[in-house]
Amino acid sequence: MTALRTTPLHGLNRELGARLVAFAGYEMPVQYGSIKAEHAAVREGVGLFDVSHMGQIHFRGDGAEAALERLLSCRVSTLRDGRVRYGLLCNETGGVVDDVTVYRIDGAHYFLCVNAANIEKDWRWCVRHAADRVQLEDRSAHTALLALQGPRAEAVLTRVCDADLGALRRFRFLESSCAGHPALVSRTGYTGSDGFELYLPEAAAEPVWRALMDGGALPCGLGARDTLRLEAALPLYGHELDDTTSPLEAGLDRFVKLDAGGFIGAEAIRRRREAGHTRVLVGFEMVGRGIARAGYPIAAGGDFVGGVTSGAPSPTLGKSLGLGYVPPAHAGVGTPIEIIIRDKPVAAVVVATPFVARP
Amino acid sequence: MSDILIPDSLLYSNEDEWVRVEGGRSTIGVTDYAQQQLGDIVFVELPEVGRSIEAGEPFGVIESVKAVSDLFAPIAGEIVEVNEGLADRPEAVNEDCYGDGWMIVVAPADGANPGGLLDAAAYGRHCAEREEQG
Repeated sequence: MTALRTTPLHGLNRELGARLVAFAGYEMPVQYGSIKAEHAAVREGVGLFDVSHMGQIHFRGDGAEAALERLLSCRVSTLRDGRVRYGLLCNETGGVVDDVTVYRIDGAHYFLCVNAANIEKDWRWCVRHAADRVQLEDRSAHTALLALQGPRAEAVLTRVCDADLGALRRFRFLESSCAGHPALVSRTGYTGSDGFELYLPEAAAEPVWRALMDGGALPCGLGARDTLRLEAALPLYGHELDDTTSPLEAGLDRFVKLDAGGFIGAEAIRRRREAGHTRVLVGFEMVGRGIARAGYPIAAGGDFVGGVTSGAPSPTLGKSLGLGYVPPAHAGVGTPIEIIIRDKPVAAVVVATPFVARP
Repeated sequence: MSDILIPDSLLYSNEDEWVRVEGGRSTIGVTDYAQQQLGDIVFVELPEVGRSIEAGEPFGVIESVKAVSDLFAPIAGEIVEVNEGLADRPEAVNEDCYGDGWMIVVAPADGANPGGLLDAAAYGRHCAEREEQG
């Protein structure tokens, strides 16, 4: 059995008493204390996540923009220096290889931030489709990534980071220093609250983490990360997205440049749309007693019609939420559905997403 | 984990349930070790009054934020009372697992003294062994 990989913060995570679990081949903190308390810290104060398991693939050279324009569903040519965008790497059948963010450092240097579970797959995909045109580098093993999230994130980061954070808008980034270490600071996140992601050299991870904790940030694990992103209705690869799902089925239309086309998978995505999608992703709330979980069947009108892709109790709303695929006929807001929990149908209703509005 | 509370007056099962024997009735819940392991409890599913349970078989479900776990009956018997309060306040299991967090009361099938259960010292060793294994 292969040993689990660890992040640069592994020793510190253990020192802080984190409960560690295997995730995407890494030993990761799922919680440091109470998941609900960590979740609340992000919604009301500031929480700090070690997400160093995620990957970073760099593209260098004059061919970088064209290569990425071909690889990604989002527009790359309209990015400017210091901007970041969400997009999908798609395959030739219109499914999703991975959901990623693309950063433009300058016209000849971009990088993708990719899901930990997909680092090797994405690397091979990029090599296959772009190695002839650009210089590729996988910096995942040398890059630490911290996410500082919550309404107080800016106030806390300001004391640790030299840059003018007030002027840094969402989906922008800058290169600065944090606690004396070089850092790429982006105003992005996966929680639905304001916040920052800090790309650091491995040696900087622990000093920056400690400085942010001293500033009042509460350590948060993957458990809270999941309940937070669920409230924001953000997809998780392997749940809402996989290599069979079209981004349009998952409601990600605005990240797909279908009219411009020219990216891998565009034709298939268009064909599948023309043929009519057989399923769409919806958000739902439990009405009866019970918690929906990934894998539970969804029923409507007495028939099995789909399945839950993610589900959990929402600490912010005090109700149980979920995401799942249903046929378009059952996708309208207000449609009653049933979640099959331990062989019994429990009432739920399709609702609009995000469940918790971005402040 | 913080110090695990194991009252001397109770009996315990290997599946981390406690039993308080009072005459012909046994009250059952999950232990402090269990609630610490589980984390925030968000849902408890309990059986109906009148149902019979068998020792070692699942009688309900307890859910934390991340996980769904079965509750295993430490003794056989008929359920005579169920803690309906846990429907609205599942967190009572975290806050007071030996008090307000009680789950069911059973009239034991084999009389007033359920066998095969651990005393506090033996249960304490069971917890310590698992903690060591990490």
